[in-house]
Amino acid sequence: MPAPEPPANGYTRRDSVVLGFFALAAAAMSTGCATDKLALDEFVQKHFKDLSGDELKDRLAQMEKRYSEEYGKSVKVSATPPLPGVLFGYALDLSRCIGCRRCVYGCVEENNLSRDPQTHWITVLEMDKETGVDLRHADAYYDHETVPHPGKFYMPVACQHCENPPCVKVCPVQATWKEPDGIVVIDDDWGIGCRRCLAACPYGARRFNWGKPSIPPDELNPNTEYLGNRPRQRGVVEKCSFCLQRTRKGLYPKCVEVCPVGARKFGNLLDPDSEIRYIIENKRVFILKDELNTQPKFFYYYGL
Amino acid sequence: MTRVRFVRLAVAGASAALLLTVACRPVEESSPRFGKDVEGAAKTTVALFAVAPPPFSEGIFPCSECHFPTDKVNRTPHAVEFHDDIVLHHDEKNRWCLDCHDAVNRDKLHLADGRLIDFTESYLLCGQCHGPTLRNWKAGEHGKRTGSWSGAKQYLLCANCHSPHSPRFKPLKPRQPPLRQEAIR
Ligand code: SF4
Ligand code: SF4
Repeated sequence: MPAPEPPANGYTRRDSVVLGFFALAAAAMSTGCATDKLALDEFVQKHFKDLSGDELKDRLAQMEKRYSEEYGKSVKVSATPPLPGVLFGYALDLSRCIGCRRCVYGCVEENNLSRDPQTHWITVLEMDKETGVDLRHADAYYDHETVPHPGKFYMPVACQHCENPPCVKVCPVQATWKEPDGIVVIDDDWGIGCRRCLAACPYGARRFNWGKPSIPPDELNPNTEYLGNRPRQRGVVEKCSFCLQRTRKGLYPKCVEVCPVGARKFGNLLDPDSEIRYIIENKRVFILKDELNTQPKFFYYYGL
Repeated sequence: MTRVRFVRLAVAGASAALLLTVACRPVEESSPRFGKDVEGAAKTTVALFAVAPPPFSEGIFPCSECHFPTDKVNRTPHAVEFHDDIVLHHDEKNRWCLDCHDAVNRDKLHLADGRLIDFTESYLLCGQCHGPTLRNWKAGEHGKRTGSWSGAKQYLLCANCHSPHSPRFKPLKPRQPPLRQEAIR
């Protein structure tokens, strides 16, 4: 994996923490307590892409220990690499989605999203059939007895995994980047909480943890990934990761599995025989805000 | 209690569960599509796994327990008194039971050309009218597949999701809306 380019001004996050390091080191030595040692390690750790094999193993072990203690059960943290020859793509059938929000909560459980304060990676927008896709009139808070509601259609939105992602460009510390399989990831330990990516994303896909995320221990999904669904912290941005903890092992994302109407499709864009390629080649497909040249790998289409 | 009465009770009890329950017993089937070899690209499909058709109401299958091949059959569409739990909402002006169910071998369905098929192959029957949908289903576009995008998957038969007698989806209760921003503390 190539090392990140140093920023143009030669100023790195490393430099900015050096001063803080001395302060913290002093604090850690004075108390000598193990958590402080861990906090110190985290504070001076390397960027994910700069970690050597052994360093990464140590980091993962540290995390597993900490999460397991925090949640009172055995938590696994892996760093599964991207699969060669794979570029992930997603398709969603707007003529089939009924706006039931099963995907929203399936995602919350799979990806260890905070229950309180509430975090959702997927937003399901309700719009009028008469106006068509018009985000100005979209309502995310619809609350009907049953769906689909007459005269309405539904458009779930999450990270579009842009080929040309503005969120990555604006990050001053390279805490977010695009992986070779096309997944735009965030290193939760590297973000500094400046929220530039949040402002840069044209799809409102990113979420900021204003409060400490909380997950009931019995609901924690213990199969986690460094760049994916491990429990996150306050003050950092998060978003959909195409369920990389599942998809890099060949499984469908959780939202595909839970959708009761089969509106969600996922696969390898480089495989001409995949479902996703069939859809792109045979259906009326569009991408959101194509005029921005973000080149999403999330395709909306009309199956009927 | 007569046999017919017993069956009727069982039908009433189990009919609600019939199409809501999705059987997930994997049945091996050959793949409708095979991957071509493309250099550098990870393959998507090797084998597909079908799921069994939704379970029948208890006591209703095999149909030949009540219907005998020697029975005299009235082939003119008419209201069928015994199966009054089934309300046909599927082109009911033009279709009725024996368009799909075989009059002689009741445990089978038949295609328009008279070929008999099992209930596990009901998609062939559906595809006679819904050709493009069948094509999309075989390609993984229509319907739902679960399992692995790169390997073995399960797919659902038409009848797992759509009641053949009334295929339109029933409305669902949505999960709760997100909190409004001002409500998040
Ligand atoms: S689960 Fe499927 S139908 Fe329900 S809102 Fe999500 S995409 Fe739409
Ligand atoms: S949708 Fe937003 S968060 Fe996702 S890659 Fe594009 S710009 Fe970044």
